[in-house]
Amino acid sequence: MSLFRNIVLAAVIAGFLSGLLLTLMQSVTTVPLILQAEVYEKAEEAPAAPQHDHGAAAQAGTTTAMAAPQADAHEHGAEAWEPADGLERTLYTAAADVLAAIGFALLLITVSESLGTLSGWRQGFFFGLSGFAVFSLAPGLGLAPELPGMPAAPLDPRQVWWVVTAVCTAVGLGLIAYGRTAAMAALAVIIMVAPHLYGAPVAPSHETAVPGELYARFVSAVFSTNFVFWAVLGTLCGVVRARLRAGEPMLIAKPAEVAAR
Amino acid sequence: MISTSTSAAAGLSVSKIIPLCMSGFIGLFVVGFVGFSHMDVVHNASHDTRHSLAFPCH
Repeated sequence: MSLFRNIVLAAVIAGFLSGLLLTLMQSVTTVPLILQAEVYEKAEEAPAAPQHDHGAAAQAGTTTAMAAPQADAHEHGAEAWEPADGLERTLYTAAADVLAAIGFALLLITVSESLGTLSGWRQGFFFGLSGFAVFSLAPGLGLAPELPGMPAAPLDPRQVWWVVTAVCTAVGLGLIAYGRTAAMAALAVIIMVAPHLYGAPVAPSHETAVPGELYARFVSAVFSTNFVFWAVLGTLCGVVRARLRAGEPMLIAKPAEVAAR
Repeated sequence: MISTSTSAAAGLSVSKIIPLCMSGFIGLFVVGFVGFSHMDVVHNASHDTRHSLAFPCH
């Protein structure tokens, strides 16, 4: 159990620090752009909302009992809790960032342990770059980062495609790094390319009030912040994991044996 | 001793399987909860994180 404890502890430390860094980077890059986009999103929704209300009221007037619960349900959906803008919203974003970072760190350390172990910051850095390729770059090729108010395909197929693409990319990178033959590497390329040939779910229309210039800045901000985040997360995982080994059986090998491997 | 050294060379010894399954499962659960949960409250709380990490949102 000491291995499990050490992995969780290392992931919490690395995830907490890199999650805070991510929040800091986002608060000056992506979040201001999200807030700007929400202005356009709300301006787009505003004329539509009263119309809908009028419709519901008219229905309620004519069909009485049947329409009332529907209108009620709609109200509940619209009024789900959300953090107030400002400090509260930033704190929830920070909490979500830190949680996500801890989750990513757990996955990174778990995979690196199953392939050997993290021996230090350098190896951690390269695992971090792989994490960026798996969780940001590959899914982002098909499903570009979205701003609020932009049209998109239904959520479920997009989530499925995102997960499948991440898994395929991880398996492919693993085969390239640890496979022993050229055939394995060729198979890896096929696995990594397959979800992109199949294609990500496409939005029904591309009409949006969000300016293209705002969106372009957002996309580059997302990829650059994620790149730095993953590099730091991987490096920290390597540093912390290499130091936290209390209670684990030591791999006893003389320097000569290590050199011979 | 021989079996441990060969499995250590392969990277994955039997004693590591259970802890690694546990840590991997928790990692998947946490990432899934923050990035993919359909609950409105979770979506709203992690909204900016989802957009900024390029998770599918809305």
